[in-house]
This record gives sequence, structure tokens and C-alpha cells, in this order.
Amino acid sequence: MTFDVVVDISLRPGISDPEGATIERSCGALGFDGISGVAVGKTVRFALEATDEAAARAEVEDLCARFLTNPVIETAEVRFSETATAGAA
Amino acid sequence: MAPVVAVVRFPGTNCEFDTADVLADVGAEPRLVFHSEDHLEGVDAVVLPGGFAHGDYLRPGAIARFSPVMPAVTALAEAGRPVVGICNGFQVLCEAGLLPGALQKNAQLKFVCAPASLEVSAADTPLTRDLELGRHLSIPVNHFEGNYTADPATLTALRAQDRVVFRYVNNPNGSLDDIAGVCNEARNVVGLMPHPERASSELLGSSDGRVLMESLVAAATHSVPA
Repeated sequence: MTFDVVVDISLRPGISDPEGATIERSCGALGFDGISGVAVGKTVRFALEATDEAAARAEVEDLCARFLTNPVIETAEVRFSETATAGAA
Repeated sequence: MAPVVAVVRFPGTNCEFDTADVLADVGAEPRLVFHSEDHLEGVDAVVLPGGFAHGDYLRPGAIARFSPVMPAVTALAEAGRPVVGICNGFQVLCEAGLLPGALQKNAQLKFVCAPASLEVSAADTPLTRDLELGRHLSIPVNHFEGNYTADPATLTALRAQDRVVFRYVNNPNGSLDDIAGVCNEARNVVGLMPHPERASSELLGSSDGRVLMESLVAAATHSVPA
């Protein structure tokens, strides 16, 4: 089975987010009022071939813990969907 | 015989030649080693120099820690040989789990490139064995992600075990407890954000970094089994 995987990586609360802070300050300067709590993260998307969803989730969990995030400063949220197996392109 | 100090080059490393020059100057035999090498035979100590290994993609050090050379670096560290990470090298050692904590983005939102005043907080590591505790050194920093952070339990352990090796006198990046450098529990692996190789001659404004390199060479010499 093939899964479409989306990993959203965010900084843990309290970890310095200069990009988010700069965007937040600039919002007011551009006239966008009432914006607070701006946080910038990153998204990693990929396709994953696995025998079933449990195996896919286990692999992505390991991938996040050892490579995609640094658990000291980041957390990850993972979204899964099975790829539609339509006719070949 | 001059101790052999490997200076590891990842794609994107840019301080390897300065580092090797200073090491040669203070009596070591520097050996540039590309990250794709998977063995470090005949090497007495390792330096992971500064730069932007693998473009700092994903996170600084995140990809470098999987380079083929890293198991050999880890093996030398476990054998008690001196292993030093400077700036990006410090980030690599943290990502590799050879040192605790992480380097997050500077608190004041800015890349900082300036001389920093450091205090020697532990004088029994490969980098500081020739220095006195409490001595002040002027050594430049040059980083955007140099803001040391660790969970409270790690910080408690670092303090209790006297593993903070350098502290900033005037914290330039928001680092927890003014930490500029730490060592592992066995005290042979040291990482620091400042660049001692850039403070190796009065021509560069300071030669305070030179004594750290001299310490390293002395430590590398003594780590060689008889």
C-alpha cells in the first residue's frame, strides 16, 4: 500500500522562533491588526510504501524521532492518507 | 611524534582549512577527512569544524550526523579520544547524541558575528586542560543557531557534573545559563559555539583560541595508548 504522508514540524513552546516573531511584528506594520501567536514551522510531504497502516505509522514515528525532528526543540504532527490507486498516468 | 588530528569536512563545511592551519601551527598533524570516509585509523583526535554541513538543511547537523564518518567519530569518542565540535560541529555532535541539548535560533532574532568574552568553567577537558578555571578569553562567535537549550533535567545534570566548559560573559544569543560550550559525561567530547581557530594570532585580534588548540594537541598526545 502507498500512503501520502504529511509531517508538520513545529517548535516546542518556549523555543526561539525569530521568523514567527518577525512576521508577527510586520503584520501590524502592514495594517493587519489583531494577529498574535504567529508560529513558523515546516512541512515535509512524501509517499510511503508499507504493508499496512500500522507499519507505515511505526516507520514514520521512527523517522520523525531520529531524523525529521530534534525532540529537544521540535514536535511533529503526522497526517496519513492512502494514495488513490487510479489508472497509471 | 605529532598527534594526528582529523578535521572532518562535510559538504558545506568552511572552517576546515583555518582549523587545520592552527592545529599544524601548534604541533599536530592535521588530516582533512571527507565525510564519506567510514574509518579513522591512526587518528588520535577529531575536530568537527564550523560551516554549514549539508547546507544546514532540515536543521544544522541533522543530515551530517548520518554521514558515513560519524560511526567512526562515535567509536573514537567511546574509546576516550578527544572529539571537539566547533560551531556547526557542536550542532552536529548534539544532533548525533554525543553531546546533550540543542542549539536553537538566537533569541534576539539576529545572526551574530562578533568577538565574545568567555569564561572557562571547566578546566579538565581536552580543550581546557592548559587553562585556569575562571580565565576570560576573547574568541569570536559567528552563528544564527547558537542559543543553547536543554530540558531542566539535562541542565541540572550538566551543572551537577561540572560539564559546562565555557560560559559567555555577555550572553550574545540567549543561551541557557550563558552556556557557550559543554562536554559529555566522560569529558572527552567537547562542543562550543565560538571559533578558537579564528582567535589564533594577534593579527586576528586575539590569540586566546590558540591555547585551546594547544590543549587539544596535548590531550591528543596523552590519549595515545602507550
